[in-house]
Amino acid sequence: MSLVYAGVCSHAPGITGRADMIEDTAQRDRLYAAFEAQRKDIEASGAQALIVVAAEHFANFFMNNMPAFCIGVGDTHEGPIEDPDWLKIPKTTIPGHKDLATRITSHVMQSVDVAYAEEWKCDHGIMVPLHFLTPKFQLPVIPVNINCQGPPLTPLPRAWAFGKALRAACDAMPEKVALVGTGGISHWPATPDSGKINEAWDREFLDRLSRQDQAALLSYTDEQTYAEAGQGGFEIRTLITAAAAAGGRGSIDFYEPIPLFAVGCTIGKFALS
Amino acid sequence: MSLYQVQKFLYHLNRDDKVKAAYHSDLVTLLADYELTQEEQHALTEGDVGKLYVIGVNGQILMHFAALLGIEWFDYLERMREGVRQHGPVRDGVYAMTGGGASFTSSSNNNSKPTGAHQ
Ligand SMILES: [Fe+2]
Repeated sequence: MSLVYAGVCSHAPGITGRADMIEDTAQRDRLYAAFEAQRKDIEASGAQALIVVAAEHFANFFMNNMPAFCIGVGDTHEGPIEDPDWLKIPKTTIPGHKDLATRITSHVMQSVDVAYAEEWKCDHGIMVPLHFLTPKFQLPVIPVNINCQGPPLTPLPRAWAFGKALRAACDAMPEKVALVGTGGISHWPATPDSGKINEAWDREFLDRLSRQDQAALLSYTDEQTYAEAGQGGFEIRTLITAAAAAGGRGSIDFYEPIPLFAVGCTIGKFALS
Repeated sequence: MSLYQVQKFLYHLNRDDKVKAAYHSDLVTLLADYELTQEEQHALTEGDVGKLYVIGVNGQILMHFAALLGIEWFDYLERMREGVRQHGPVRDGVYAMTGGGASFTSSSNNNSKPTGAHQ
């Protein structure tokens, strides 16, 4: 039928893995409630599959063969690759949607040179969102990756074009499809500076995202982002793709910097237009 | 240059349960497939997170490796700082320490002892 939901969320491993170490449990619970509201929104949309536009951390792709974009077209996916005790998410098999994912890939290929993969392992970048958005792993998931890790990275204007292509593909399908872009805004994860968050930068980015300000969103250079938002800021690609897919204004339902979780935790959704 | 090989090994290790099993049973044979300097080989064999961080291993790859080794969160962050103190700044990649070694996690959350593994 079409794209029926588009949103964004965080995926930092601390959100689940370090949840019981947090002092301000009320703050954690507010984040979890926002995730639960997003789950309900997706459920209410009637979505038959969930596209997760992610920024993986070397679960499938390495610098021997790094695609700018890849769509997972397998019947099933596996995850997490990380120690389940560390992430606090057990290893599981996630249902895919081979038929729909293949049709979407064929459609996207008309305008963006996307790779596809019939094998997919999920790291925290997909497992954390799924843990909240389909806790029993019942909703078929179509994983999508944008290279935010191995420079040279996917250019922001291409991430925008990819979002448009995903939207056109979804709208050409008979199924109802939801899409979530998941990435950090400013953060310095997996460095000794973990917990550093540039809240002002985040709020400016989220404002541009919510306003669908394409020119302002695509004007960030990687050098600026690295200096002001850390290497974790490279993941804004996933959020930009989600905005482009949605087309309508965004609303940020939750944003709070949580240093223990190493990111300004964010939940938002877009109008579809 | 062999940083690529170090990361490739850790990439395989982090994502493949069979490689994880071999890591514990026959690390020497496993590492023979990669072109490593002595320094890199030693750091991998010892699970020296601080040295691997300074060598320039991508932080995400290193974080998953530290989790595999069962290193507690604040200990892991401290081992990277200690690596910089001992071996100098990060030599490659985009995961350099930019905060001067300070902790950005509130100290109230940071009361675990920076030693040992969590199990
Ligand atoms: Fe990430």
